[in-house]
Amino acid sequence: MTTRIDTRFAELAKQGRSAFVTFLMAGDPDPATSLEIIKALPKSGADVIEIGMPFTDPMADGPSIQAAGLRALKAGMTLKKTLELVRGFRKDDNATPIVLMGYYNPIYIYGVDKFLVDAKSAGVDGLIVVDLPPEEDDELCLPAMKAGLNFIRLATPTTDDKRLPAVLANTSGFVYYVSITGITGAATADSSAVSEAVARIKRHTKLPVCVGFGIRTPETARAIASHANGAVVGTALVDALKNSLDAEGRATGKTVNAVAELTAALAQGVRGAQQAAE
Amino acid sequence: MNIAKPNSYRSGPDDRGHFGIFGGRFVAETLMPLILDLEKAYTEAKADPAFQAEMNGYLKNYVGRPSPLYFAERLTEHLGGAMIYLKREELNHTGSHKVNNVLGQIMLARRMGKKRIIAETGAGQHGVATATLCARFGLECIVYMGAVDVERQQPNVIRMEMLGATVMPVQSGTRTLKDAMNEALRDWVTNVHDTFYCIGTVAGPHPYPTLVRDFQSIIGNETKAQMQEIEGRLPDSLVACIGGGSNAMGLFHPFLDDPTVEIFGVEAAGHGLTQLHAASIAGGRPGVLHGNRTYLLMDADGQIQDAHSISAGLDYPGIGPEHSWLHEVGRVNYLSATDDEALAAFQLLSKLEGIIPALEPAHAIAKVLELAPKRPKDHLMVVNLSGRGDKDVPQVGDILRGKSK
Repeated sequence: MTTRIDTRFAELAKQGRSAFVTFLMAGDPDPATSLEIIKALPKSGADVIEIGMPFTDPMADGPSIQAAGLRALKAGMTLKKTLELVRGFRKDDNATPIVLMGYYNPIYIYGVDKFLVDAKSAGVDGLIVVDLPPEEDDELCLPAMKAGLNFIRLATPTTDDKRLPAVLANTSGFVYYVSITGITGAATADSSAVSEAVARIKRHTKLPVCVGFGIRTPETARAIASHANGAVVGTALVDALKNSLDAEGRATGKTVNAVAELTAALAQGVRGAQQAAE
Repeated sequence: MNIAKPNSYRSGPDDRGHFGIFGGRFVAETLMPLILDLEKAYTEAKADPAFQAEMNGYLKNYVGRPSPLYFAERLTEHLGGAMIYLKREELNHTGSHKVNNVLGQIMLARRMGKKRIIAETGAGQHGVATATLCARFGLECIVYMGAVDVERQQPNVIRMEMLGATVMPVQSGTRTLKDAMNEALRDWVTNVHDTFYCIGTVAGPHPYPTLVRDFQSIIGNETKAQMQEIEGRLPDSLVACIGGGSNAMGLFHPFLDDPTVEIFGVEAAGHGLTQLHAASIAGGRPGVLHGNRTYLLMDADGQIQDAHSISAGLDYPGIGPEHSWLHEVGRVNYLSATDDEALAAFQLLSKLEGIIPALEPAHAIAKVLELAPKRPKDHLMVVNLSGRGDKDVPQVGDILRGKSK
């Protein structure tokens, strides 16, 4: 099985550069604007797009992404509409990988088998589900692999060498290294510690390693991207989106551009990085 | 429910923390190594006679156990049916059953070398118990509490602060217990290297539901011995209120394999089951939240819904996973009591027995008012009086004087 994720990382490796991975919440601030934003991302330099599945109780997220989820839910977002959003994006773009990221309960309630079929047909390539560690692989990870979707696992600073093989065993697409112990948007990643951690993970896997949780600026993005196969930015983009909204939290004429401009600046940071030696 | 009956109701969970389909370890990878460490530390402690001996010493001389099993003579006369016994957990140090579990977890934290303790609290009883034992053992204590609960449970907020704890009001989500738990989990993910999360109920990722149950089972074990001494036999029924369900599990678990004992859990029906409530078994279905699969209140999209109860301690949209399983296998009957029923029971027990109960066990008393009259006079009914009502006096006073609802 080869997904758009595998293809994209193979292309980037040939070009000798790291991936810029964006995260935004599906349906933030409303479903129509959200689709416009996501359509604008590849043009602005996003190589891989992560889309958050809104959830009322996101236990690994900081205030910015919590608020984004609540804005989306208030605007009527559901998991079904998140899949429609992906379908809408795929009308014009059949190459950029899409990864859905979130928590298990909405998927469990949707029905795992039905979700996997619908996600695949909508054009989803991979899943990141924060509250499914390898101990719960039977729930979604193994069925997702069978359905032809990558299940991308988070490795963290607490994942030691003893545990890494278990974490990597059923991971595909790429490995997402969480650069801090903490929630999204809380702290700044330290690039030398990240470099060491990525090297450690690479001793256990041939998969690309992307780094996230704690990258806000083009400078940090560049520093991190020079040690990894990709840099993920979420909170900073979500904040740029939020700062463009009106007092009632509705989209304005500036919203799509606000996200696109920051995406372009961050993408430039990533493209300025020296690709890590393999 | 068409589910095979197990040989024993007391053998769970399996080694992955499952009670039937319920339970499990649905947590972020950052926490997983620590949860595995905790499981190992707990298994070792359980087998260590020195750990048990030390805990028993504190249970006796610091907590004040055993708690009495008291015959509620006037309540029994008033209802004209079953003989009602109250398991007096409200007489424990700190005023509720919560201290039984906190003592065990704090001793585990010490064993694991953790110096910083975090907890979530609803009514504040678990927060107070945690603050108390952290003071006793010189540990840093941070308690997350929904901003709504900080408002309605002021006496406990003040107590926690006097005990040296930092109370963090939680402004996210519905600003009640579930959000306090989210925030505690966020703190834990951030400070995992030195922090022990002292969970207050039989919920959360494995091994928490098991270890909290084990620490609380002293309630049922004592009840069994005390009833044997007073009446020379087992009780005929048990009644306890349920939010997450730790006081209920503590009373029930030692009796699960005694088939003559009828068991009733009482959820909070709030304004009524067709309106806002906190009865996850009566009004919810299985889902995944806070580290475990269990019955939850949620909408069609799997978004968690707001719970409501007059009692902050029951105001939670989930329930411990073992309760979900006991419901599905039919061993425990889960009932519910409304805010108004609980308030009436709160007043009745105060006036008939001179015992002001917390609003949480007032829900259990409310169902005793219905169950006891239908039972014969030689029926022995035990109610877990899990906490005292001092913390609720300002809130109930305002309601009774018509100041708030």
